[in-house]
Amino acid sequence: MCLAIPAQISRLPADDDPLATTDIMGVRRRVNIDLLDADPPELGDWVLVHVGFALSKISAEQADEQLRLLSLLGEASAAQEEVEGYDCGDGE
Amino acid sequence: MKYVDEFRDPTMIARAFEEIRTLADPARHYRIMEVCGGHTHAIFRFGLKDLLPPNVELIHGPGCPVCVLPMGRIDDGLELAGDPHVIFTAFGDMMRVPGSQGSPLESKARGADVRIVYSPLDALKIAEANPDRQVVFFAIGFETTAPSTALTLLKARANRVRNFAVFCNHVTIIPAIRAILDSPDMRLDGFIGPGHVSTVIGCRPYEFIVRDYGCPIAVSGFEPLDILQSLVMVLRQLRDGIAKVENQYARVVPWEGNLAALRVLAEVFEVRAHFEWRGMGFISHSALRLRGEFAEWDAERTLPIRGVCVADPKAAQCGEVLKGVLKPHQCKLFGKECTPEQPIGALMVSPEGACAAHFKYRGAPQLVTLG
Ligand code: SF4
Repeated sequence: MCLAIPAQISRLPADDDPLATTDIMGVRRRVNIDLLDADPPELGDWVLVHVGFALSKISAEQADEQLRLLSLLGEASAAQEEVEGYDCGDGE
Repeated sequence: MKYVDEFRDPTMIARAFEEIRTLADPARHYRIMEVCGGHTHAIFRFGLKDLLPPNVELIHGPGCPVCVLPMGRIDDGLELAGDPHVIFTAFGDMMRVPGSQGSPLESKARGADVRIVYSPLDALKIAEANPDRQVVFFAIGFETTAPSTALTLLKARANRVRNFAVFCNHVTIIPAIRAILDSPDMRLDGFIGPGHVSTVIGCRPYEFIVRDYGCPIAVSGFEPLDILQSLVMVLRQLRDGIAKVENQYARVVPWEGNLAALRVLAEVFEVRAHFEWRGMGFISHSALRLRGEFAEWDAERTLPIRGVCVADPKAAQCGEVLKGVLKPHQCKLFGKECTPEQPIGALMVSPEGACAAHFKYRGAPQLVTLG
């Protein structure tokens, strides 16, 4: 629950839908991007996801660092389990 | 997915240690609190504290949401879970946290319908799929997760999902920091500020630490270099006799926070008069509850919750460890009665808990070495 997991936007939501499709830890998952209203992400942008919600936009470099950090902290598998567990749709 | 198994800039790490040694006055003892459990985990994992000069002491703070929840709230939640009509949903982190009658996992083993969710949206989805059951989401976390619960409640209202209720245990970090600064058995020289909480609340709310207590604070990222650079910032301020809020993690944390998140928090939640923290007692204005407009979805208003207060087991010293008064290994139960396999306190369960981090990495080879 305290994990911040980087995800890359692979499909933007249709109008009024807050769920964008992302590649996250090698899985395709929909994440809610309502909290990025002020500066909505574009296709290919990276975001940091907490419990299924994108909380900030980050650079590709920062996304890389965050993945490496999760792995060093021994939290990569917990993060993987978390994103596999997101049930809000796989974007299909 | 490739993970590079090395640190960003090892030479810069060595340089940061060097700078810390130069800045730390040997005649002084520095007590610097890392507020966030994520920092505590990283500090133990990377073995940072063993490489610091002995007079630079890191104190572990109360920023682990699972750890600060008092047993009574877990008991209240599990009493709801005991109703066969209820589907009880919670994050995986909660599953092994002991209440006085056992953990959510043990409740499940006794037949309760307890389900792990990874997002509050999934709890709502379970409610929509099971209209004849009452779904309860056990909401925990600081300002990082509270906006997610808020948006989920807005969606529950929009979709008119009547069989969904939130048992709200969201807490806020600022009053806890103030309580620690006000506590007579605590003297701190500075703070490493939480990274992810600050993406929501920004840096301004820490200004009282500087203004009212004259303590420096640096909001920090989670890599070894981040934590060391934040320590350099704090020590430099102490050397210069100044105090201000610095943002070491500006690449992720905007100074003003996330305004959309703050807006939904204000729309859905109000501040509670007081809330009990494990081992720290009741702290004023330190937690959130649902606003009256969301009463229909508020488990505390619509479901039978007794609001019990349950003291920690007598010998457990979780409160002292959460306040930074004791180090984890100074608790009488540490590593004996209380281990990650048989936890007595929540600090031994979560990886962000100081006791679990200390237990797991004691004697482990250090990831950061100097040459
Ligand atoms: S060792 Fe166990 S009982 Fe003691 S403070 Fe840590 S979690 Fe609490």
